[in-house]
Amino acid sequence: MEVRELTCVACPMGCQLTASIDNGVVVSVTGNTCPRGKKYAETECTHPVRPLTTTVKVEGGKHPVVPVKSADAIPKEKMFDCMKVLNEVTVKAPVQIGDVIVEDICSTGINIVATNIC
Amino acid sequence: MLKYDLVVVGGGPAGMAAALKAKECGVERILICERDETLGGILEQCIHTGFGLHYFGEELSGPEYAARFIDEVEKTDIDVKVNTMVLDITTNNVVIAINKQDGLMEISATAIVLAMGCRERPRGAISIPGTRPAGVMTAGTAQRFANIEGYLPGKEVVILGSGDIGLIMARRMTLEGAKVKAVCELMPYSGGLTRNIVQCLEDFDIPLKLSHTVTEIKGKDRVEGITISKVDGNLKPIPGTEEYIPCDTLMLSVGLLPENELSRAVGIKLDKVTGGAVVDQYRETNHEGIFACGNVLHVHDLVDFVTQEAQTAGEGAANYILGKKEYPEFRVHTKGINGVRYVVPQRISIDGSEEPVKLYFRVGQVYTNAAVKVTRNGNVIYAKKKRKLAPGEMENIVIKPEDLQEFSEGDYLFIEVEG
Repeated sequence: MEVRELTCVACPMGCQLTASIDNGVVVSVTGNTCPRGKKYAETECTHPVRPLTTTVKVEGGKHPVVPVKSADAIPKEKMFDCMKVLNEVTVKAPVQIGDVIVEDICSTGINIVATNIC
Repeated sequence: MLKYDLVVVGGGPAGMAAALKAKECGVERILICERDETLGGILEQCIHTGFGLHYFGEELSGPEYAARFIDEVEKTDIDVKVNTMVLDITTNNVVIAINKQDGLMEISATAIVLAMGCRERPRGAISIPGTRPAGVMTAGTAQRFANIEGYLPGKEVVILGSGDIGLIMARRMTLEGAKVKAVCELMPYSGGLTRNIVQCLEDFDIPLKLSHTVTEIKGKDRVEGITISKVDGNLKPIPGTEEYIPCDTLMLSVGLLPENELSRAVGIKLDKVTGGAVVDQYRETNHEGIFACGNVLHVHDLVDFVTQEAQTAGEGAANYILGKKEYPEFRVHTKGINGVRYVVPQRISIDGSEEPVKLYFRVGQVYTNAAVKVTRNGNVIYAKKKRKLAPGEMENIVIKPEDLQEFSEGDYLFIEVEG
């Protein structure tokens, strides 16, 4: 049995979690104050994910870039692959909040969406 | 002269929430003055997520959080003047502002809400020796370059200060291909949220050097490198611990200061610790009819709390404008002692109100398994165990109206940490 100490990043409270892992399966989580902490520990110990936020270039907008985010958290190890793709993207203004900028980025099944107008 | 019931100075999250609340309470003529070209304030450049968990129950980016309020403002008849700088406020509540279209304006206001936010402490405020090359900037300036202007402000970066903006920028720069060599923190603990240490530094193996500071900047036209040193218990650099780090950029995330030039000029009393106005539970300052909220009052770590506080101020201003304000019989003071650095509000108006009073406070160091205690004339009226207290995380406690009944003029409510 492996025991891992984690800081939950699900919200700004930052609960200190203790997860027990048996054969790659999380069998118990303590220290969490809400169900999201348990879910975070389970995901973090098996396949860690993070939300990705960055910008993409804009043509004809008020500013040269517009902020974007992954609609859901993406696998941590794919962060830099996704950045590589997004650094090559240029969108045309106008863009609305929630517009899909890249569909299914790096075969993660997750869309990249705009988080501001431009 | 233009005439408004309420003038809100600043169109960030605090200003918008205060204006919207006042509108909801029935105030008719409201104006928001914003010096940038859009509403939204600093949220526009905070493109990371984590905003809105408390207020909306979902995780939004800064621009998305701002957009929800901008949309609400646009649905109302609240007037907004962007690219408009407020230059002065007179003692009889006239706001002097300027922009390209209207020129210099005198705007008379029944009430004013101050929501100017805060500024970052620059290099000059912390006296780092060395040359003065390009490449030394605050983390917020770097954030604007990267997220709004579309520039990468450096390739090899050292960050001084581990406040949240510094941590967020460490991740942002790393994602964009820069190498963040270290984050140095003068104190033995980080001033940022623990979650940001994990997801912004540990995720990318960026070293956090606690009890370290920058003792020299080298470079003629552009930063070539910096020297960092370990500091002792009195925060003084220890000779012999110098380490040279080649880099082209030094980012500073060394604290935020409420921007109170306007408040000071109109004679509003400021709190030495928060740098913001001294207010009562309605966020009214010592100048009748002038309220303050958000980061101009005290620096918050979560925008959700800014919104809540601004709604309190907006309602207070509305009650004042609509003649519903209860004039207090007297006021009592709040004071942080034994580890509590400050408390907001600093005073409570005893006016027969049956509403509970929420006190926000910050501790001066990290505590584990401690208790927070509130006493009145030596009697404990509130006590709660806390697993963890940290300077980077604002706490709050609620004082029940019945606990305020037995006060008399000039009494103090002490908030302290035990353990």
